[in-house]
Amino acid sequence: MDGISVRGVSQTFGTADDPRRVVALEDATLDIPAGELVCLIGPSGCGKSSLLDIIAGLAKPAAGSVTIDGEPVRGPLPKRVSFVFQENALFPWLSVDDNILTGLAFQGAPKAERRHRADEALSAVGLEAFRDHYPHQLSGGMKQRAQLARALSLQTEILLMDEPFAALDEQTRLVLGEDLSVLLARMRKTIVFVTHSLVEAVFLADRVAVFTARPGRIKTVLGIDEPHPRSPAFMTSAKLAGLRNTLYELLHDEVRRAMATEAAV
Amino acid sequence: MTLSRGLRQRLVQFACVAIVFGAWQIGSTTGALDPLILPPLSAIVVQLGAVLRAGTVWADLGVTLAELAIAFAFAVAIGLPAGFLVSRSRLAVRAFDPLIAGLYAVPTILLYPLYLLFFGIGPPSKIALGATMAVFPIVLSTIAGFTHVNAVRLAAARSMGASPVQLFGRVLVPEAFPVVIAGLRMGLVLGFLAILGGETLTSNVGLGHEIVTMAESLEPAKMFAYITVAIAAASALNALTSYVELRGRRHERA
Repeated sequence: MDGISVRGVSQTFGTADDPRRVVALEDATLDIPAGELVCLIGPSGCGKSSLLDIIAGLAKPAAGSVTIDGEPVRGPLPKRVSFVFQENALFPWLSVDDNILTGLAFQGAPKAERRHRADEALSAVGLEAFRDHYPHQLSGGMKQRAQLARALSLQTEILLMDEPFAALDEQTRLVLGEDLSVLLARMRKTIVFVTHSLVEAVFLADRVAVFTARPGRIKTVLGIDEPHPRSPAFMTSAKLAGLRNTLYELLHDEVRRAMATEAAV
Repeated sequence: MTLSRGLRQRLVQFACVAIVFGAWQIGSTTGALDPLILPPLSAIVVQLGAVLRAGTVWADLGVTLAELAIAFAFAVAIGLPAGFLVSRSRLAVRAFDPLIAGLYAVPTILLYPLYLLFFGIGPPSKIALGATMAVFPIVLSTIAGFTHVNAVRLAAARSMGASPVQLFGRVLVPEAFPVVIAGLRMGLVLGFLAILGGETLTSNVGLGHEIVTMAESLEPAKMFAYITVAIAAASALNALTSYVELRGRRHERA
């Protein structure tokens, strides 16, 4: 099938005889058809970021497999999958523009196309005026937009985002979420988005995969039946509040359990 | 008085130097200081002019700087690759880092008699001493620089498809640069000190050798003129490496 297929994926850290061995993720199975936006949400340490790394080919699973358009993932697939990290992923010694051009060089994009693709990506995130700025000269929100531009310039069908707005304040996060919804609705990419924020998950996703406390399993998948792009009106709607509450009920006990096991360790 | 902080700081610095030099000049002209030990500053300035005009000092400086250049080239050629190789394995870092740091603590000058035996009293023994001194900070900083590369940026580069060569040249090297350049600067300074020291102890050429010869032949004003040249050379080296470092890190102050 087209899209991402996750089959029985487990991830452990530490060897079998290590008393501190951690089972981060257990037997995760999830199908993400092309063009869908799926949010992964769950308590800290539930393995949602581990799953994203495995889909990206940045980590190997202890068990199970991931296929993209039917092909097994064995390493990074820069032509098909791009990744947005939580923070500090821009190269600080390069300007925003050079960060994007370097990404395109890494991907092996034809030289003649790079300039144009970088310009397009910069304008998509509204950072044309800041192309010559270095990352440390940008606010947290602008850095993440620059990182998004770098990922978009790669023109991959799949975009993986690991808590891209987690380091930002809530107001910036909400506005960036709105912009992202508009942008992504236009681009029709397949997106897997890891978040801690219930509102962000409901606002952005077609479906939300809820993880249990460690060892992380997919507890349930919640559908969000609302057309894209999502409007500010959806943000304040009773529908969003209802879905958010459902999500909260699903997560509440898991978060308590996660905190209890953390305290035990 | 409302002087800016920068100006006040300069005034204090200038005053301290002026007091020391003033006391020196007065002491040595009035006879309170033995002019054979500390000749008057005015005499040193006159000698410096004569030494620079005569031009023999350039040959001595040239020998010393050439020794330093060769010693530094050896230290870099050994230190950078060795440090990089060690940094590639966690086991190697754990095994070699304390070992190299321990050797660094051994007074290198103790090897000098051996080097004199191996390489003679000419420049080669100074080059060996300078290279030995310089290689340690270079290896250690290279290990440190390449082991503390940001994991997120490394993952980002890999996810975008960076080849091993791109990963090295466009991610690892710029990541390690600030730490490695600090080690290179330290290596250059220590190498210069070792070479001057070596020339001072046993040599037939070089700035250090001339300085000792003049001290022994009771020409202190000329000796101080040569010392001034050595200090100027050290300052110029420091300014040069500082410029290289600033250029490499210019994005930080942009």
